[in-house]
Amino acid sequence: MRKSAFNYLYVIPALGMVLLFVYFPIVSNVYNSLFRMSSYSVTKTFIGFENYTRIFKDPLFYTSIKNNALYALFSVLCQVGFGTLLAIFLEGRYVGSRLRNFYRNVLFIPSVISISAVALLWYFVCNPTIGLINGLLDKAGLQHLITAWLANPKTAIFAVIAMSQWQYTGYIMVLMLVAVQKIPPELYEAAVIDGANGFRKTIHITLPSIKNMLIVSTIITIIGSFKLFAEIYVTTGGGPYNATQVLGTYMYRAAFLFDEMGFGSAIAVVIFVLTFTVSVLQMKYFSGED
Amino acid sequence: MRKRPRLFYVNALLVNALFWILVLIILFPIFWLIMNSLKTNSELFSDSFGIPSQWLFTNYLDAWKTGFTYFFLNSFLVTGVSVLCTVLLAAFCAYALTRLEIKGKRFVLYLIIGGLLLSPESALISLYKLLDQLGLYNTLFALILPYIAFRIPFAVFLMRGYFADFPRELEDAAFIDGCGTLRTFWSILMPVSKPVIAATAIVTAISTWNEFIFALVFIENEKLITLPVGVSRFRDALQTNWTGMLAGIVIASIPMVIAFLFGSKWFIRGLTAGGIKG
Repeated sequence: MRKSAFNYLYVIPALGMVLLFVYFPIVSNVYNSLFRMSSYSVTKTFIGFENYTRIFKDPLFYTSIKNNALYALFSVLCQVGFGTLLAIFLEGRYVGSRLRNFYRNVLFIPSVISISAVALLWYFVCNPTIGLINGLLDKAGLQHLITAWLANPKTAIFAVIAMSQWQYTGYIMVLMLVAVQKIPPELYEAAVIDGANGFRKTIHITLPSIKNMLIVSTIITIIGSFKLFAEIYVTTGGGPYNATQVLGTYMYRAAFLFDEMGFGSAIAVVIFVLTFTVSVLQMKYFSGED
Repeated sequence: MRKRPRLFYVNALLVNALFWILVLIILFPIFWLIMNSLKTNSELFSDSFGIPSQWLFTNYLDAWKTGFTYFFLNSFLVTGVSVLCTVLLAAFCAYALTRLEIKGKRFVLYLIIGGLLLSPESALISLYKLLDQLGLYNTLFALILPYIAFRIPFAVFLMRGYFADFPRELEDAAFIDGCGTLRTFWSILMPVSKPVIAATAIVTAISTWNEFIFALVFIENEKLITLPVGVSRFRDALQTNWTGMLAGIVIASIPMVIAFLFGSKWFIRGLTAGGIKG
């Protein structure tokens, strides 16, 4: 019974879907990146690696990748760094169990709201005249700090980065909380006998025990930073003056606004190489979890 | 019980104060949003901090009329079908990979799990061309099919782990009783796999409900767009009606927030099941 040609029917639908809609586009994308083409004309011209040399000469590419990197840096520091600290506090003895669930749920809420709703809320929070940030600055007597947060090229990318920290710090905190809760209590009991205090227990027991989850969280945060799109598209659209352009919007702009599908595909290959490399690391550490 | 040192209370106070500040940072903008969504536009511009002088629930009606009926209908349809198919196809696949004899099992497994390494963003342009050639562009299938395909690897990954841990004796008994593999799957394996099915369904539902870039590119028809894209268009559609836009943000966020408040345990279990985001 277990050995039957019928068995393959269980696998084929899932495998077929993945091959057709995941693998095929990624492979054909690499092929398309070698051509000059648009979506409406049928002709495409083979141009070798010209799209790639163009990318590496384009200042906008460096603006984009710099913004992705900046976003990754702040997200790792705030979501993973601060989020882990919060998780350790939450599981520690200073927070009662009812308050713990309350804090956890409130901090998690923003991550279930869709990015475009959060982005529009942020668009409003950052509004120069009626926005929350400028309103609070005004009330605090800090009028000199007031600016059009999303329209000022110097502050725009940081305003979007701040939004994502607001949205996702609680999410990573919960991931880390689950990891902290998995640590066997015996480990701490031994430390208490040795007279270790809270800080030393954290350094010597908690952090080493959650090391794998820390790495996984760091990696998914970095991958997320290089796949960035909706956050930018809805708040700034890449502006002002391309100051908040990231790889995702840079690709979208090339392919769907300027109709340069080949060039867009080459940018997609760059995104692919970056996210793929980091994902391989994630797989490696994730299999070490549990 | 041993009396706690004074330092304990100082620390507890500081830690709780930190969390209350964070709670305020999360909840205050949401509260501020809701308050302003109930004002008139002129009141919003004169004072965005005050309590509305009259509660204008008609803003919600105005926002709803911009197309929310379609947004919700499409999002429910796309999410519902995607979740159902993802869970079903992944469960079949994981079942065969853990329980049945198939040639090249390992290869198939790696091929499917390997899909986890591929980001949807890098498939966007080619997928757009493919869907166009298949005549699916600008239909809900243009979202459903890629969503299923991109969620299957993770679903198989989760379910395979769960199925593999499950003892085989029950199934052996069923086989001896003459049940086929399909019957065994439905009546033996599925009933005991509810936790992993729920976790998979929740992760799939959240990510498809909130998905943005495919929904933006693969659908053009105003009547077929999903909630996240519909909401993102508010910025321009309601340029002169700010409070309507704010009401729209609230409407769009309510279903997931309510679902979370009622089932926070399941959300957290699902989302932490595999360390994924978005």
